[in-house]
Amino acid sequence: MRQNRFVEKSIEKLLFVAAAIATISVALITIFVFRSGLPAMSGYGFANFLFGADWSPGNGEYGILALTAGTLAVTFLALLIGIPTGVCCAVFLAEILPKRAAAVFKFAIELLAGIPSVVYGFFGLIVIVPIISEHVLPLWQRVNPDAQTTGLSILAGGFILAVMILPTIVSISENAISSVPQDYREASLAVGANKRETIVRVLIPAAKSGILASIILGMGRAIGETMAVMVLTGNVAMLPKGILDPVATLTGTIAMEMSYAGPTHQEALFGVGIVLFVIILILNLAAQAIARKMGAVGRE
Amino acid sequence: MNMNMGAAAVQTSTMPRPTGAPAASQTPAMPRQAGAAFTEAKTEAADAELVFDINKLNLHYGSFHGLKDVSIRIERNKIMALIGPSGCGKSTFLRTLNRMNDLIPYVSIDGLVCFDGKDIYGRNYDVTDLRKKVGMVFQKPNPFPKTVFDNITYGPKIHGKKNRKQLDEIVERTLKEVALWDEVKDRLHKPALGLSGGQQQRLCIARCLAVEPEVILMDEPTSALDPVATLKIEELMDGLREKYTIIIVTHNMQQAGRISNETAFFLHGEIVEIGDTETIFSTPTNKKTEEYITGRFG
Ligand SMILES: Nc1ncnc2c1ncn2[C@@H]1O[C@H](COP(=O)(O)OP(=O)(O)OP(=O)(O)O)[C@@H](O)[C@H]1O
Ligand SMILES: [Mg+2]
Repeated sequence: MRQNRFVEKSIEKLLFVAAAIATISVALITIFVFRSGLPAMSGYGFANFLFGADWSPGNGEYGILALTAGTLAVTFLALLIGIPTGVCCAVFLAEILPKRAAAVFKFAIELLAGIPSVVYGFFGLIVIVPIISEHVLPLWQRVNPDAQTTGLSILAGGFILAVMILPTIVSISENAISSVPQDYREASLAVGANKRETIVRVLIPAAKSGILASIILGMGRAIGETMAVMVLTGNVAMLPKGILDPVATLTGTIAMEMSYAGPTHQEALFGVGIVLFVIILILNLAAQAIARKMGAVGRE
Repeated sequence: MNMNMGAAAVQTSTMPRPTGAPAASQTPAMPRQAGAAFTEAKTEAADAELVFDINKLNLHYGSFHGLKDVSIRIERNKIMALIGPSGCGKSTFLRTLNRMNDLIPYVSIDGLVCFDGKDIYGRNYDVTDLRKKVGMVFQKPNPFPKTVFDNITYGPKIHGKKNRKQLDEIVERTLKEVALWDEVKDRLHKPALGLSGGQQQRLCIARCLAVEPEVILMDEPTSALDPVATLKIEELMDGLREKYTIIIVTHNMQQAGRISNETAFFLHGEIVEIGDTETIFSTPTNKKTEEYITGRFG
């Protein structure tokens, strides 16, 4: 009896310590990043740092606008491709494919999540980049004869990122759709709705909070992804004018430059880290607010 | 209870009707034995118009024989009650009438289920059209996680009614029909899940009425409700009798006695006895029926 209580207490303590370590590490890293980055940002001027378009650390220029634009462009394109593909795929797996076949597909898609990002980058470099320079560019040149690209571009990075976030979007959305109560399906079919109408008007709305959660997680992964985009976007710190232009991203720039950066440059890179942190925070909050607003009717 | 009446009814059902199927696609002439079990005292043969004619229906869940040789005829503007102990196949039978069992992949069905003279399990039969004409109210209230208004207009919108004024009218009319209008008229655009259980069930009936079905299938619609709400729904059904045909599953003998014209007693997937409600409740011919009705049956 007493021993039991002792064990119970010890386990509680252990869990507390584990939770404390996790929380404290996050807090310490955050504090460290902010302390290392803020001086450089204020030294260069916050406005200059955030909205300056010239990132050339060799000349002491630390304007990150081009990097932010690169990150947002690649992420946006990834979401533009990844969300519809992922949600359609989830609907297909949850509602249309027979259970057994769906299980095989789900397994395959979850395997995608296990592939290291450098492999995605490599694949993109060998397959996607040449396709863009040899096939997409000529098409685009019919519209805009001056277009040029090596293939390393927003399109290449965004496309591969879309594939990388698919497993997240598909598996979480599929789960959300599958767990919509059977009652709703029956109620909809019973008034004479067909399968498509049931999916579009009842199941997806009922599963929207799960679908949104999957999108938020996918977005987080897209913004934070470093290796694949570093390999595919060309790392040119210039404001892009089209999706065939090369860009540099916030994460890619940190990864590329941290090994040789001098003291000021290094602080500026921490500043880039801060911006990344804040962007992710803002996007998460926004997405949650949207989720809450959209979830409001029907729940309450 | 005369055989003549049954035969006449079959003939009427093959004549063209405003709501019915074109005469060309009627089902082939049917064997007469369905009529043998069928007893009906009151209606004049000329008025008896069959809505459902079910003949030797068998249903299997995988290898489990859920319905055995079920034959029933259901007339327009009547209320038919299905009674029987738990697990005897009442819900299963009800769900064959709007092909809800299609959702279960391992179900197999044979026999003939004719609605308005057409075999609903026949090739090329339009299931969505069937479900539009044969509405269903479930045992558990299941409003969509949408507003009251959107719940009711869901069906009409799907069937092409987009006009806002028309939709407003449908909402008001159906909510009045189910005696819910006064309670929810100020919260039409609030979530339906915020209503009480009894209100939700009446909303579900309104949602069903909104697509103007010919037949309403009700699976223990009042089993989750308190006596007051139950009474309201019973009164409602009495009123609906004029416009609709209702088939209701109930465990409540008084309810079956109060509202139905005809009663079918199911046991182990078979119809043990079927006939005029008054007759069944006063002088059942089968011993099992009597035991069940008087509550001596396990
Ligand atoms: N989806 C299913 N798969 C397999 N067997 C089923 C399924 N649904 C029902 N059954 C079986 O069919 C039989 C009849 O079930 P049904 O639900 O029709 O009974 P019921 O008369 O409606 O009972 P209750 O009064 O409890 O609702 C039961 O033995 C049940 O176990
Ligand atoms: Mg049942």
